[in-house]
Amino acid sequence: MTRVTVENVWKTYGKQTVLERINFETAPQSFISLVGPSGCGKSTFLRMLLGDEKPSQGRILVDGVPLQAEPSPDRGVVFQKYSVFPHLTALQNVMLGLELGQSPVLGRLFGKKRRTARDMSREMLKSVGLEAAESKYPAELSGGMQQRLAIAQALVKRPKLLLLDEPFGALDPGIRAEVHEILLALWRETGMTIFMVTHDLSEAFKLGTRVIAFDRRKTRPEELEAYGATITFDLPVMRKIVPPSGAVTSPAETAEAMPKVAVAG
Amino acid sequence: MRRLINQRPEILSRLLLAASPFFLAFLAYALASQARLAINPTDKLLPAWSTILDAINRMTFVPDLRSGDYLLLLDTMVSLQRLAIGVGLAMLAGFVIGVLQGLIPYVRATLANFTNVVSMIPALAILPILFITFGLGETAKIVLIFVGIVPFIIRDLAQRVEEIPHEQIIKAQTLGASTWQIIIRIVVPQMLPRLIDSVRLSLGPAWLYLIAAEAIAAESGLGYRIFLMRRYLSMDVILPYVAWITFLAFFLDFLLRGLRRVSFGWMYRGHM
Repeated sequence: MTRVTVENVWKTYGKQTVLERINFETAPQSFISLVGPSGCGKSTFLRMLLGDEKPSQGRILVDGVPLQAEPSPDRGVVFQKYSVFPHLTALQNVMLGLELGQSPVLGRLFGKKRRTARDMSREMLKSVGLEAAESKYPAELSGGMQQRLAIAQALVKRPKLLLLDEPFGALDPGIRAEVHEILLALWRETGMTIFMVTHDLSEAFKLGTRVIAFDRRKTRPEELEAYGATITFDLPVMRKIVPPSGAVTSPAETAEAMPKVAVAG
Repeated sequence: MRRLINQRPEILSRLLLAASPFFLAFLAYALASQARLAINPTDKLLPAWSTILDAINRMTFVPDLRSGDYLLLLDTMVSLQRLAIGVGLAMLAGFVIGVLQGLIPYVRATLANFTNVVSMIPALAILPILFITFGLGETAKIVLIFVGIVPFIIRDLAQRVEEIPHEQIIKAQTLGASTWQIIIRIVVPQMLPRLIDSVRLSLGPAWLYLIAAEAIAAESGLGYRIFLMRRYLSMDVILPYVAWITFLAFFLDFLLRGLRRVSFGWMYRGHM
């Protein structure tokens, strides 16, 4: 059961402060939705969790251990696109994680080990409903199938954390709902902690057990450089509710309005 | 009336259109040749088709009086061998260095500027240096081809590697890949088809360097023969040789394109 602790994290690029004073701790098996306007640093924050970026100040701990400063197999990731490898079939994409772990020199498995890895990968593909597409290349799959494949590929490593960067942003609403169900089922089954960056508030509330919003508190032009975004509201989702559309307009309103909605819902 | 940019030829007219410039070129030659020969039957500049066919026959099917070699075959084999070794080595070195330079920041910091500067050296300008250093034998010619095209292949490959989406490299690391594993499982398989493209583009310059080197110092080879025949104004040999070189270049390109399609099916599936 994984616990993520974020301690006073800041991120600056030169003089530009992007994020400031980010503090929170997650309960085990959380599904955390990160929301906020474009450019508020939520993707930057996800990249820090991933190890692709380093906090300028502060630190992030997973189960009390500071994060490694580069991506590692305990953290899976699914991006909006380019998450799967175009030169590998669906099955090969999923097997890759297993092959890399067990074969440091060739990165390929043979014989019995290969069959074991293949069976595990088929199992994984089946859990995202792609068993019929195992020999197809990503370019032959639809957007929703590619994202399901990316999830399967990440989960075969059994990561403690799954990081999703607007994973469903490019999908049709119908397909999106379908992938949501698959993701929720896998999350319940594995007990991992999920962080998901999304633009879509209803998606954030539908999936998350907790919704964290990032925004700038200071928005006057002369303040933009020196002050970054921080957590403007942090909200447990007790029940699965979808906020009424139009309820969220400005970030300031959001911070006050959302808890009421949650209570009322 | 639709705009010109929206009018497309049908298959038959497309074929006719594609054939017409070739036909016109041949026609122009035939007319000019006929006109010159009418004035002076011994004119050598624009030989008649029959003279050219005689020359082709002589070079291809009649052994040379002095050496007993079939000259066209000999020249072709010798030239292709030089080209293959030069291009092959450049391909190998360019691929290894290009991939490393594109992927590994320390290698890029060390080599990128150097490669850029070297690629600006006109290879033909250093041909004398190569002849002085390596003598007039095969080595200098092969090195010229190598030096002429390897900087381009390195730069092209490095560029392509940098164009691999960052997400893929991150994803590979979250799957536990080491730098080496990223190279052999992610980068190399995606770059092999790019290498073929890069080599296809390099073949033009490679032929240029080959013929230049053969023209200056050689005892056989397609370029050597053309420049030798120039002394005798033997247009009847030079013209078919040029056509033959063009055909070889075209054919090599065709082979490489076929290889790319056959070996890297993943690039085509789902896109066609």
